[in-house]
Amino acid sequence: MTVDMGKTNEQRLLDRAAEAGLGEIAEKVLASERLTREDGLALYRADDLHTVGRLANHVRERLHGDLTYFNVNQHVNYTNLCNKFCSFCSFDRQPGQAGAYTFTPEQAAEKIREQQDEPVTEVHIVGGVWPKLGYDYYLDLVRAVKAARPSIHVKAFTMVELDQIQKAAKKPLAEVLDDLREAGLGSCPGGGAEVFADRVHQAGYDKKISGQTWLDMARAVHEAGLRSNCTMLHGHIETLEERLDHLDRLRLLQDDTGGFQTYIPLSFHPANNEWSHLPGPTALDELREIAVGRLMLDNIAHIKAYWILMDIPIAQLALSFGADDVDGTVVEEKIYHDAGATTPQEVQREELIDWICEAGRVPVERDTLYNVVWSGETEAETLGA
Amino acid sequence: MTPPSSTPPAPAPPRSWQPPRASSASTPGVAGELDRIRGRVFDGLRLSAADALYLHENADLLLLGELADLVRRRKHPEGIVSYIVDRNINPTNVCVTDCGFCAFYRRPKHEEAYVLEREEILQKVQETADLGGRQLLMQGGHHPKIQSDWWCDLIADIRSKFPTVNCHALSAPELDFFSVIEKRPIEDILADLKSAGLGSVPGAGAEILVERVREIIAPKKTDTDRWLDVHRKVHEAGLRSSATMMFGHVETAAERIEHLERLRDLQDETGGFTAFACWNTQPAGVPEEHLYPKKTTPAQYLRVNAVARIYLDNFDNVQTSYVTQGVKTAQVSLRFGCNDFGGTMLEENVVSAAGCANLESIQKIESVIERAGFTPRQRNSWYGIVDERHEGPTTPASAEEARPVPPKETHA
Repeated sequence: MTVDMGKTNEQRLLDRAAEAGLGEIAEKVLASERLTREDGLALYRADDLHTVGRLANHVRERLHGDLTYFNVNQHVNYTNLCNKFCSFCSFDRQPGQAGAYTFTPEQAAEKIREQQDEPVTEVHIVGGVWPKLGYDYYLDLVRAVKAARPSIHVKAFTMVELDQIQKAAKKPLAEVLDDLREAGLGSCPGGGAEVFADRVHQAGYDKKISGQTWLDMARAVHEAGLRSNCTMLHGHIETLEERLDHLDRLRLLQDDTGGFQTYIPLSFHPANNEWSHLPGPTALDELREIAVGRLMLDNIAHIKAYWILMDIPIAQLALSFGADDVDGTVVEEKIYHDAGATTPQEVQREELIDWICEAGRVPVERDTLYNVVWSGETEAETLGA
Repeated sequence: MTPPSSTPPAPAPPRSWQPPRASSASTPGVAGELDRIRGRVFDGLRLSAADALYLHENADLLLLGELADLVRRRKHPEGIVSYIVDRNINPTNVCVTDCGFCAFYRRPKHEEAYVLEREEILQKVQETADLGGRQLLMQGGHHPKIQSDWWCDLIADIRSKFPTVNCHALSAPELDFFSVIEKRPIEDILADLKSAGLGSVPGAGAEILVERVREIIAPKKTDTDRWLDVHRKVHEAGLRSSATMMFGHVETAAERIEHLERLRDLQDETGGFTAFACWNTQPAGVPEEHLYPKKTTPAQYLRVNAVARIYLDNFDNVQTSYVTQGVKTAQVSLRFGCNDFGGTMLEENVVSAAGCANLESIQKIESVIERAGFTPRQRNSWYGIVDERHEGPTTPASAEEARPVPPKETHA
């Protein structure tokens, strides 16, 4: 092998990609051209995961260098009552069932006050879909949380919950969003998207809004001036083509609205649900999903390695495979822990900083909208980043 | 809210090594030098210690993974990832070496000090054999009254009752300890143990084979030269052994590489090492916890593991450490140089309480290997494949067939 000392990083990337049979894709990545669904399939199927990771890492470093974002947040899962019966869910309960609960707005506010001495900037509020909760409940929930800690950013209600809230309100979604924003809503989380394809929807979660409805509602949220995230639940019955259909539809909507901040691949967890016979994705599958997401979603700024469900070690390694965000400190997660997640339900801020530095990245604490709260860039010397 | 603690724990000392920024691997000077080293690996040329140190200090994880995976693939083109059904038996926890990073040992006369009865040990071996186990990993403390004759008796007893189970026993510091307290040459002790049926020797107690480091973390333990010489004598006695490294305490990156260099040199001489495995210090709850930095994270484990796979060109096998790293990181390590999943480490409580729990954990290991794109196969202590699904011969099939052969070719 001849070694050309004058090689550029671009040539280096092209050479390696060509060896892995991904040369044409590498050319597109270098030219910032959009990848096709066929390209996505090649990335899923390539034997050489390191080269797939290197392509994704190239995009990650082009966009963010070594910067790696996290926040100090808490979760409030306000009810586990739900009428959607999704096959993958371990969290939902029926009335009278052991463990069923609904927080009053005041109880949710108490969860916020419990953390008042922690530097929390965001609360992530999601729950089951339960029609007996009236429109005012949702507004009061947001108001109570906001009153308990006025500085907190309320990121609340997936598109699935918004659909129910709109039904309870009996008025146009735009007006509902106005009401919620007035109550204190700051942005929307990305859950409930699952896999958009109708086949999977029919087989696994047919009582939930369809993929198209999810996308229509996300469009409305963006048009109302709110930012949101997007997700894909991977590693169950979906095909690779269905994953790529999902990613493609996300990026087409993003072309129109620019409203998505972050894409978060969600690993299916098989404990305690109807799909417990399925194995769920392995660590290497999760790393590849991060990389493919980074490469396909050329118009979404951030890719999150959500440590709650990948485990902190794999979230750390994902920072080399395209991810630039690890979510936050998360006090206290319930949904994935009901599905067998063995991660802690919270992690200390210093812990996240340490894991990011050990990956050779620069930690940046952000708020929900990616404004910098604290940057390790200036303290990199002492942190060893 | 948690009440403020009255005595906050002392902060851990800083880690002895910090990674470079990942993106710095793409800066022109660094990338050029990494290209040169990458070229040597591609061409199958031996890396110098300086090259290995440069990789350790400057490569990003993706390059390390790429190169380690290449070396692994060349050594194991058939794509097999092996593991062994084995059991850990620690006949005693009594030890006078007082290593500050060890949470297992107890001083003699300590109320939790124990020595297992022969019947108890044989019962554990029986359970292991019933589950198809092929190896006992037997190590203990340095008990001042237990000498090599006690072990010879035990091993001979096990071998006569359970001929299919190999005794992979006694680390170099334990063997050295016999030599000291019995005032006999190590060769004699090894000859006795071998006649009793000792089949292979584990690589424990290496920690970091650099005296500066050992004087801090294990001042009473067998020193570097002696650790290596014991393994040399093990190999000369016709037995194979493995090699290990414990990192993430007070050692520098250069000292990690020095450790690997000492192992590679001895392997050039004897060819007696079967495999290499590394893990990071697990400082929680050890006697001198305050001396140890925060536990290193998987990014560093994969780095050290990959550098070792790339540098140790005369080692056939690199074993992952799922016990310390967890199954998920262990799976990723199969793409960072490892070709062996280690032992199933059937635990005594698990075995007696629920035999099939272990079978399930074997299934879990197999599934993790398969879903990483490899073929899981059971092996023996000498890395011969002993799996009914395996079509080829089992080579080596026994300790006799596994006699060390010094490599003929000299490396450039």
